[in-house]
Amino acid sequence: MPLLEVNDLNVRFGTQEGEVHAVNGVSFALERGEALGIVGESGSGKSQLSFSILGLLAANGKASGSVKFEGREILNLPEPELNKLRADRISMVFQDPMTALNPYMRISDQMAEVLMLHKGLSKRAAVAEAAQMLELVKIPDAKNRVRLFPHEFSGGMRQRVMIAMALLCKPDVLIADEPTTALDVTVQAQIMDLLGELRRELGMATVLITHDLGVVAGFCERAIVMYGGQVMEQSPVDPLFANPTHPYTKGLLAALPRLDADRAMTPIRGNPPNMTGAPKGCPFCPRCDFVEEACADVMPPLAEFAPGRARACHRSIETIEEAAA
Amino acid sequence: MTTPLIEARDVRVTFDIRRASDLPWTEPPKLRAVNGVSFKLEQGKTLGIVGESGCGKSTLARALIQMLPAEGEIIWQGTTDLLPLSPRQMLKYRSDIQMIFQDPLASLDPRMTVGEIIAEPLRTHRPKMGRTERKEKVREVMEKVGLLPNQINRYPHEFSGGQCQRIGIARALVVEPKLLICDEPVSALDVSIQAQVIALLEDLRRDLGLTIIFIAHDLSVVRHVCDEVMVLYLGQMMEAGATEKLFAEPQHPYTQALLSAVPIPDPEIERNKVLIALEGDLPSPLNPPSGCPLRTRCPRASEICATTPPTEEVAGRQVFCHHPGPAAEVQAVLSES
Repeated sequence: MPLLEVNDLNVRFGTQEGEVHAVNGVSFALERGEALGIVGESGSGKSQLSFSILGLLAANGKASGSVKFEGREILNLPEPELNKLRADRISMVFQDPMTALNPYMRISDQMAEVLMLHKGLSKRAAVAEAAQMLELVKIPDAKNRVRLFPHEFSGGMRQRVMIAMALLCKPDVLIADEPTTALDVTVQAQIMDLLGELRRELGMATVLITHDLGVVAGFCERAIVMYGGQVMEQSPVDPLFANPTHPYTKGLLAALPRLDADRAMTPIRGNPPNMTGAPKGCPFCPRCDFVEEACADVMPPLAEFAPGRARACHRSIETIEEAAA
Repeated sequence: MTTPLIEARDVRVTFDIRRASDLPWTEPPKLRAVNGVSFKLEQGKTLGIVGESGCGKSTLARALIQMLPAEGEIIWQGTTDLLPLSPRQMLKYRSDIQMIFQDPLASLDPRMTVGEIIAEPLRTHRPKMGRTERKEKVREVMEKVGLLPNQINRYPHEFSGGQCQRIGIARALVVEPKLLICDEPVSALDVSIQAQVIALLEDLRRDLGLTIIFIAHDLSVVRHVCDEVMVLYLGQMMEAGATEKLFAEPQHPYTQALLSAVPIPDPEIERNKVLIALEGDLPSPLNPPSGCPLRTRCPRASEICATTPPTEEVAGRQVFCHHPGPAAEVQAVLSES
């Protein structure tokens, strides 16, 4: 049984302009200890997907489908039930550490709160453990710095605090939503290294949500590529980067500048899709070079074509590869 | 050698940081955001300015067009120093130097139509131009950047990020500048859109013979766009030279650390990569280290680094380091001594 199983998950937002279909029928499974990447551009639904798992959608958001954690349905559980899971079994690291931390509270108080609530520790014991956790994420002089306020840390250090806070209860699943997007490259490299180390040490499954294919290549074992709220391709990372089989994945990799190779960046034409209204056909079809009649009307199912690899496209792999050659 | 289009000599930007607790008659602490930057840029070339946040790259760009007061010299076309010019005198040069900004939507007035936004520089710099001619010019430039001329009466919020950036580029190009300063022009955009805007900038450079100063933190993009690169750290130059050589054989430990940290979309390479890490955090720019600014975090730092600011030229490019050279070799020599 997979640790986390998402089945036909849909997320909708009621807005004045109409219903926004942010996530449409997404299914995937996460095994214990696995590092899974969810890649997509802005508006692909990757963040809303993760928010819905922990019941963190905005008030106008509605999730339907199924999310099973250790076989138990957790989607849309009542708040008190969810609170038992949050931070304890499944925890989350957010993109912007400054807005995710409470600016009025000392780091020690924010971190101790988690332990007092979930583990029933006394304040003193909780703060001591919080300091230990800060040491684990390599914050120098953790014993004293645990008493500081968030603004007294640099961006990279704040993200370390966020990670330490997420790991306090040794969760089974860590969801990291763009954990390094707000950081500089050298800091990003340190944080990703740290996350990888901690993942191996604590054996926790990690879902990394990002737009950066480079980070996915370095950190994840398997990745899901999303576009317009749907899964386009799903595959272990090695074949995904070496032989992408979906026109979108192919286009994304060709559009990416590479530090180690002097090749032209080939843009994907057109603009991102408008997510208002029910989706019809493949969301990528207005920008796709391989579009055919069926694409505009019918969303192709996500079909497995090799062990562990699946793609959602009407055109055959051969057609797409021939065009590339 | 041809005269450079723009040459910066020892440019410095200093901010007074007065805190509420400082008494009014005391000297406020000074923050040197840009500290002694020099470069020459020839017509038709692209210079990349890279560095992490707080390195002074955007401040430098703003200083070049007098959006901020600076010291030093900025020589335009080998003759005029732009820095001592009054705003009125500067106006003549402003249409030659245009800028595009990082946040595409925030840099456009939400209450002006696209047509008005793009026409505004013409009203300022070509006041004698008639209304029909102006409108014609706006349509022409919109087409050039890939916007539909029938979108002329729309407002910025009706456009996506990539299209807004095109509007920003159109606004900069409408006065036919010689130099275009791009401050992180693609960092707010998605990968697929980013490639579109880069392709547009490259086309424009080729067709119009534009000279570009390209400020970015994304080294992969810079490698693809720029002829020359300058690496900044804490407002000072670390290394500068031709892009290809600098990326292939970085001599400065900071450049090496920066390059090794860039993720590469290839699992095989990423798994076997050796990260050249810098210790600790960026020091406070209010109280930068003496001598070489990198020395507190540099794996090669020695005594001389603390006392003497480095100036050195290695193999035709500037490397501001007392111990320049390829990472592994220098490391071996230093650990022996």
